[in-house]
Amino acid sequence: MIYEDEPIPGYPLPIRHGHSSPGRLERILRDGHFAVTSELAPPDSADPNAVYERAKLFDGYVDAINATDGSGAHCHMGSLAVCALLTRMGYALIMQISCRDKNRIAIQGDILGGAAMGVCNMLCLSGDGVQTGDHPDAKPVFDLDCMSLLNIARTMRDEQTFQSGRKLEHPPRVFLGAAANPFVEPFDWRPLRLAKKVEAGAQFIQTQYCYDVERLKSYMQTIRDMGLHEKVFLLIGVGPLASARTAEWMRKNVPGVHIPDAVIKRLKGADDQKKEGVNLCVDLIQEIKEIEGVNGVHIMAYRQEHNVPEIVERSGVLNNRTPWHPKSYTGDANIQTQMDQYHD
Amino acid sequence: MYRVRLWSTRHARAMELLYAGLEKTLVFFAPVLELIGYERLEKPVASIEKTVKGLLFDCQMCGQCALSKTGMSCPMNCPKSIRNGPCGGVRSDGYCEVKPSMRCVWVEAWDGSQRMKHGGDISIVQVPVDHRLKGSSSWLREVRRIQHERELAQPSDTSGQNSP
Repeated sequence: MIYEDEPIPGYPLPIRHGHSSPGRLERILRDGHFAVTSELAPPDSADPNAVYERAKLFDGYVDAINATDGSGAHCHMGSLAVCALLTRMGYALIMQISCRDKNRIAIQGDILGGAAMGVCNMLCLSGDGVQTGDHPDAKPVFDLDCMSLLNIARTMRDEQTFQSGRKLEHPPRVFLGAAANPFVEPFDWRPLRLAKKVEAGAQFIQTQYCYDVERLKSYMQTIRDMGLHEKVFLLIGVGPLASARTAEWMRKNVPGVHIPDAVIKRLKGADDQKKEGVNLCVDLIQEIKEIEGVNGVHIMAYRQEHNVPEIVERSGVLNNRTPWHPKSYTGDANIQTQMDQYHD
Repeated sequence: MYRVRLWSTRHARAMELLYAGLEKTLVFFAPVLELIGYERLEKPVASIEKTVKGLLFDCQMCGQCALSKTGMSCPMNCPKSIRNGPCGGVRSDGYCEVKPSMRCVWVEAWDGSQRMKHGGDISIVQVPVDHRLKGSSSWLREVRRIQHERELAQPSDTSGQNSP
């Protein structure tokens, strides 16, 4: 998808009237398109090519890429660095910020740095506890939580001040996101908590994995009754399950992931479970897409990133739209050559 | 104590009343407290507060108590110190993702808030903790705040915007 005011890759788009950011994702959502985002697992490597390779898998299929911030409390390349590498290629990034590892001084510095490098979307998270990761002996910081982080990021953008009240010279023009999990207790409180996040500054939401569409439907019913679907863009989390065994392991060991028995039964009954996992993901997306108030899907295909194009293609959610990717740049030939060098 | 803490959220309404009573009493005696001097009172009151709230709520003495807005479940017992919970990692049985043997502090908070008269305050976004206040008395701070608000309201009785 090429805009009329398309800049040289790595430079920001002009900010449209009423938009918070110069980003593609905000434009896609506000234009009423069904958005697709996916997650890039940062490498355990200092090689930038590892990042480029992973991003390339999504070319032409996703509107923005999440750069995770030590997800599952495991150590990987930092989200700010992944964003730095990819924004200069022109990719739309969603920089995840977790409160687990940094205090408010570091986090606010990262928000400024990220925005300066062309990150237009930031996802404010509390983060997984250190106990779940590969460094359970680490000090959990949690100086802020997702809600106060959202508040601070919004204040930096809209009031141009740090949390301390000190003035910023130039505010970070970012589209702010948060996570939500409609699939765990306390169910009555979940929509209200979403309202709290919206009040704190959330403009888009990416949810935890959805395998229970009925639960999502009843959640969305409440969201619509509260009028929240008009205040925030909702992207529902989905992902292909590799096998029935993985599914069982996940629901037992990954807190916050709810997988109904019917899903496991369906996988068990299949000849090729991996393939069935992809089929299931496609079916889920098609079903989710029809729910009023849903604005997109967030595909978390951990270790199955190569399946994202097939999932997007088969679900037909893009409606023949091809999201921007570096190859779609048709401007200056010199820049094209430079991009190719990175890309091939 | 974990069991007492759970009991306290089960009886959040009674705790709310107890707290309202305590607040009224302290505010009533505010002139006396002022006479003795808040600084002089800080240590003994903080230690009483720590004992009482420690027993009832497993209070961590953050110095900026939010109990009345968190269903009488102390958010500082959340392993992620989340002041605006619960996170998305709550286990299907309502237990904590980090400490599987502990009820999620925020599942308890939601439950407690449903029992309280002013439980709706759980929807207020809590600001981040001021780490300088750790260990100090929330009670005395609250009394001083209420007194300060009254003083502000007094000179011009018509502008009562500060009253809650």
